[in-house]
Order: sequence, then C-alpha cells, then structure tokens
Amino acid sequence: MCLGVPARVIHIDGSVATVALGSVEYKASLLLLNNVNPGDYVLLHAGFAIEKIDPAEAAETIRLFNEISNMYEE
Amino acid sequence: MKPEGLRYIDEYRDSALVLHLSNQIRKVSKKPVNLMEVCGGHTMAIHKNGLTGFLPETINLLSGPGCPVCVSSQTFIDHAIALGNLPDMILTTYGDLLRVPGSLSSLEKEKAAGSDIRIVYSVLDALEIAKQNRKKQVVFIGIGFETTAPASAAAIKKAEMDGIRNFYLLSSHKVMPPALEALAAGDTKIDGFIAPGHVSAITGYGIYQKFAKVYKRGVVISGFEPADILQSILMLVKQIELSNYHVENEYKRIVKPGGNPKALAIMEEVFIPVDAEWRGLGIVPESGLAITEKFAAYDATRKFDVKIPESKPPRGCICGEILTGKSKPSDCRLFASVCNPLNPVGACMVSSEGACSVFYKYRA
Repeated sequence: MCLGVPARVIHIDGSVATVALGSVEYKASLLLLNNVNPGDYVLLHAGFAIEKIDPAEAAETIRLFNEISNMYEE
Repeated sequence: MKPEGLRYIDEYRDSALVLHLSNQIRKVSKKPVNLMEVCGGHTMAIHKNGLTGFLPETINLLSGPGCPVCVSSQTFIDHAIALGNLPDMILTTYGDLLRVPGSLSSLEKEKAAGSDIRIVYSVLDALEIAKQNRKKQVVFIGIGFETTAPASAAAIKKAEMDGIRNFYLLSSHKVMPPALEALAAGDTKIDGFIAPGHVSAITGYGIYQKFAKVYKRGVVISGFEPADILQSILMLVKQIELSNYHVENEYKRIVKPGGNPKALAIMEEVFIPVDAEWRGLGIVPESGLAITEKFAAYDATRKFDVKIPESKPPRGCICGEILTGKSKPSDCRLFASVCNPLNPVGACMVSSEGACSVFYKYRA
C-alpha cells in the first residue's frame, strides 16, 4: 500500500504529469505536490506524485553507506 | 545498457554495499535488540531480499501495524460488503482488500455473487468511474495511512470542483502516531522503530520526537531498498548501544523535516481525527480519519444507512498479536496449515505486505 517508485517527469499538462519508470510511462497526479518540472524525479505513489527526489541528498546517502563505522569515536 | 529511469533504485541495491553494511552491523551490534519495522512495505522488502540472513543473531526484527489491509477491522469489511449489496452501487478499492474475510463473506465472494466491485490503482480512477456512470452511486473504500489519505482527500476536493455528485468515500484511513504510541506504551519490548519512509514523506519528522525523548526508543526513518534498510538498522543499533535515542532520517532524498505541506493541508481540510478500531490494538484514540462536516456530502457513512452484522473474528487467528510484534507468523497454529494465501483465514495472510503472507511466500 505504501509502495512508491521513483519516476522521471517527461511532461506536464495542468495537474497531470507523464512520468517514466524505465521505458514504461504512467500518469501521475500533481494535486499533492507543487513546483514539479520536466526532468525532475518524483516518488509515484498510487497515482500521485507525493514528493520530489533530492539528487544531492541521494548522493550523500550513498556516501554515508560507504563509511566505516567507528561509533565510539564519533 | 541499463534501461533509463531506474535511477534511485539500482544504486541502493548494490550487493557490495549490502555486504559492507552487514559487516558494519556485525561490528557494532553487541546487545540483543528488538527492532520493529512499522511498515508492511519494509516487511516485504526485508524478506524478499533475504535481509535477515545479513544480520547477526543479536538483531530481532518485529513486524508492525503498518499494513492497512491487516489493521482494517472486520466491522469495516462488513460495512463495505453491506454497501456493495445496495442497488445501483459500484464499489471501488485497492486490490488487496478484496480477499479479506469479513464475518460472513468477503468482497471477492460478493463480486462473484453479482456485486459491482472494481479494483482501481488510484482513487482518481474511482472518480473517473463515477463520472462515466452518473446514474450509479460510486463508493471508494479508502484504506491506508498518511500516504493514501491525502490522495482520497484530493479526490473529494476534485469531485467538488468538477461537480461530480455520485462519488463517496468510505474512510478507514488511519494515522500512524497514535498506533505507535499504543505500541510504545504497551507490553511489546521494542528498542527501536524502523520508521515508515513514505508516511514520513507526508508527515515529516515531528511526529516521532516523543518516541525518542519520552519513550527512549531509537527512531530511524528508512527507505525501502536493501542498502537503505541495512543502513537504518546500523543507525538504530548505534543509537541503542550508546543509549542515545533520537530521530534520524536515512531517507533524506525523499523525506523533508516538515514533510509535504500541500498534502498535509489537503488532509486537514477534508478529514478530522476520530477514535478508530485497529485489528490487534483495539480502539486507538484519534487514530482514524473521518470526513469533516464541510465535505459531508461525499461521506458514504453519512449517505448510506446500512445494517452491519455483528462482527465474528476468525477462530484461532493471531493476526492481532502479529501486528503488535507479540508473535511471529510461525507461532500461529493455523499458519501454512489451514491458513495460506489461497485460503486466508485472517487479514495478515491476505495483503501482499501482511506479515503472514510475506513469511509464507519467502519462507526457507
């Protein structure tokens, strides 16, 4: 039910975006999200875009994954 | 060549990263901990990817109440079935709900017997059905938490704007914080919560502060890919080992501190918190979402007066205990004997993100 997938916005027509997940296209309602532009990645959830994906934070998360844990010196 | 568009998925499934994170967890985890993955989507991701095999024995994962189909009360299913029996009625809902046994029947059996019940991917598809069938009444059976509730609210507002008068919502929408509080205050031993990433995308961090500060539990908001989940477990283990409980966000690429203000505002305009029944938790104060007076014309509960039979819970089913982390599916004597995905006795075996269904599908 709470499954969401990252999809790329191809174009926007009013409150509906056409988004691509791989080579498959879907419609995503923009009724719950402002400031969406073509080229953005959004989280598609039950037909609605519910959040934009932040590319800088995405890269930072990958960097943190690669850290070596040394908790007692933090 | 990699197909375009799977960005933000593939890199979080990298097997070398998964192994690295598994080793880090083994390195820092000393004391035995119980971690609850609140969201059914996490339960599914953990077992589908065999992540328990990457964890040391010190870490015990408990499935939580974040499975909307599972926590929907039997009375609610009975209510939906009764609506489906009304003349000129089209019921619409997300697919998982169809097979949940009510007291005497299920929506699937009612559909076979002639009720017009249609599965939709989005609540907006239900609205479209209403538009195409002006002479019928169309009810959307709304289940789910802060992720799907704003969508239902947006659909009601769109119905009003587009002048669609034959669309109604039967709301079993729920909010997470009161249920988590019931769990934190209850007798299940939970050291930390793997908090639901997509619920948090709507709500933001604020709702979790109490669990760290007052209840002294670790809280990490987590994404759904294998590396996300292991990283979140690592973060929780560190918090618990150091007794330094706070709210951390592993899923920063999606979850902002204040959540999604637009979705929250729409939800607040259309819904009002009410006491609600959860399978396993009973009545939880202010945990349900009913439709406000302003949008009463779209409320299936107000519009249709139906008789709901007295609820009879299935005998021997421990779905409620599983949803509160007190038991695992394998503790149930019905599991994989009389209860299986083809013949589910309880809701936890029905939903694709129900713990029983997940354990059955991916069991060793």
